[in-house]
Amino acid sequence: MTTSPTAPAGATGTLAHPLVRIEGVSRRFGDVVALDEVSLEIAENEFFALLGPSGCGKTTLLRVLAGFEQPDSGRVLLGEDDLLGSPPNRRPVNLMFQSYALFPHMSVERNIAYGLEREGRPKAEIRHRVDEVLVTVGLSGLAKRRPSQLSGGQCQRVALARAIVKRPRLLLLDEPLSALDRKVRAEMQLELKRLQHEVGITFVVVTHDQEEAMSMADRIAVMADGRVQQIAAPIDLYQRPVNFFVADFIGTSNVFTGVAAEGGLRVGDRVLPGRAVNGPVTGPARLVVRPEDTTLVEESQSLVSGRVLETQFYGGVSTVAIVVEGLSEPLLHTRPGVPEAHRDAIVHLAWDPDKAVLLEGTS
Amino acid sequence: MTAGPIAPGRGAARRRALVERTALLGPGLLYLLAFMAIPIALILVYTIFTRGRFGGVVFTPTLDNFTRALDPIYTAVLGSSLAIAGITTTIALLLGYPTAYAIAMLPKRWRTVALILVVLPFWTNFLIRTYAWIVLLNSEGVVNQALVGAGLIDRPLELLYTRGAVVAGLVYAYLPLMILPVYASIERLDPQLREAAANLGAGRARTFFDVTLPLTLPGVITGALFVFVPSLGNFIVPELLGGGKTVMVGNVIRDQFLKARDWPFGAVLALAVIVFLVVLFVLQSWASRRVSTGGRDA
Repeated sequence: MTTSPTAPAGATGTLAHPLVRIEGVSRRFGDVVALDEVSLEIAENEFFALLGPSGCGKTTLLRVLAGFEQPDSGRVLLGEDDLLGSPPNRRPVNLMFQSYALFPHMSVERNIAYGLEREGRPKAEIRHRVDEVLVTVGLSGLAKRRPSQLSGGQCQRVALARAIVKRPRLLLLDEPLSALDRKVRAEMQLELKRLQHEVGITFVVVTHDQEEAMSMADRIAVMADGRVQQIAAPIDLYQRPVNFFVADFIGTSNVFTGVAAEGGLRVGDRVLPGRAVNGPVTGPARLVVRPEDTTLVEESQSLVSGRVLETQFYGGVSTVAIVVEGLSEPLLHTRPGVPEAHRDAIVHLAWDPDKAVLLEGTS
Repeated sequence: MTAGPIAPGRGAARRRALVERTALLGPGLLYLLAFMAIPIALILVYTIFTRGRFGGVVFTPTLDNFTRALDPIYTAVLGSSLAIAGITTTIALLLGYPTAYAIAMLPKRWRTVALILVVLPFWTNFLIRTYAWIVLLNSEGVVNQALVGAGLIDRPLELLYTRGAVVAGLVYAYLPLMILPVYASIERLDPQLREAAANLGAGRARTFFDVTLPLTLPGVITGALFVFVPSLGNFIVPELLGGGKTVMVGNVIRDQFLKARDWPFGAVLALAVIVFLVVLFVLQSWASRRVSTGGRDA
């Protein structure tokens, strides 16, 4: 996984030379707090993701950046300029809408040219840049088509072309891939990543799909309830979650609840090994173990035992669900290749203590 | 319906479907036949026969009714009716579009309230509402008294019994028919399209003329037709507010049938209006289909 050169691994959100500085931005809608003192920084040329469940405030934050929403308090700086002072049509920020919002009465090329026409560019330059961006997104043959004559994936490319042709300093993407089917989505993830390198624009993508964020972004801000939970590179987010929400939201986890103890988590009379990654943990705690970090072992090395409920084989990997007494959810164990246990067998699990994360119980 | 080979087992099901459809459509079709198709057929037939002495027709074929309709007296009436209906439609559009836009921008629960207010006048009798305009516009009327009282004019203005009064009455009567379809098309417009225009650098006016107006044109065309058609045929408003000085084609048609007892000639004038409106409807459906599919940039 690549990390942006300006974004050191494990960064929380403060950078040396940020392009975007969001400082203490809050926004309420009646009783609902959409954004609660959100502060974060985005580096030049970074691929930044705002990730969270629906209603977490990520879309509101995006709309604040685009100018469709004014925060109740806080500051937003783009470079040295106060972004909040200018109306949406004067910001060097372009947004790719979730619904794409292509103008249905204009052809593909008119849609793409629209933003350049508003800048008052000469006709020849507009035509040149539109042709160029059509090549970039691979739609050269479709310039004369109407949006209603295009597939979802093609519409998405037009929307992207329309946004990047203006060469904004900041490109916002609102759930850019959610309307596409799985196969096209995987293609477009790679494509977006390639494009971002090619055009050298800072991308901020809003998504609720953690896989999407993990696979594309240099850094991810995980949001919940209008607050930023953690800002980190995907690997750090996965391996060193700061709280239970992040651990649970990113990837699949096995969760044990108990009390923090020396070397791990005390559950009943046993101590399950694990380590705290964000300073010492005391009192009620949770232990998070990723399914791929577990191994099936001999009884003598067992940390947890249970009966196999189900095995699933996905081709490349297989998953075993194990019912453990005292746990409400079955434990998951994954490994490459075919499953090595069968239904109703009694199995024993262990894991590397360094890979199990101990977190405060109340977060 | 296309006739094709029907599989034996499915024949009964199809027949049942046909019976069901006929049962559902039947009452409506009967109504249209009785009150629309037959009267129009009668009018068509009347046009080529001679007038009876006390109304009705004598079945002696003639084309005189058509040549008479080309008399400048009648073409002038038709022309001025078209002008009045056209002006009415234009004013209704200029008043109705901003109103519809404002309603569409209201918070959701207020929109319903506003729409009820728009159609509220329809709950009162049309004649009574038109009489009310006489009270407003006559020389001792509310408008004149207010203007004199405010010292803006010395003597009451001639407001009633003018073309302006007719236009005002027609606009008043049919404004809701403009507002409702325009509102529907604005409300249906994806607000993100306006945001997209703004995001690409368009100011508010630019966004309106590039995005909102073109995409709500079908509603505008429908509204224009809804206002133009009844305005053209209206004879109550010109009678009450035009005072016989402003004659519209609707008045002439009514007079031919009820006063002059020249049914064939009345039928010819009615046919002229019908033909004109059919052409308009065809144009409208062609135009709105073109707008909504966006045509083709070739």
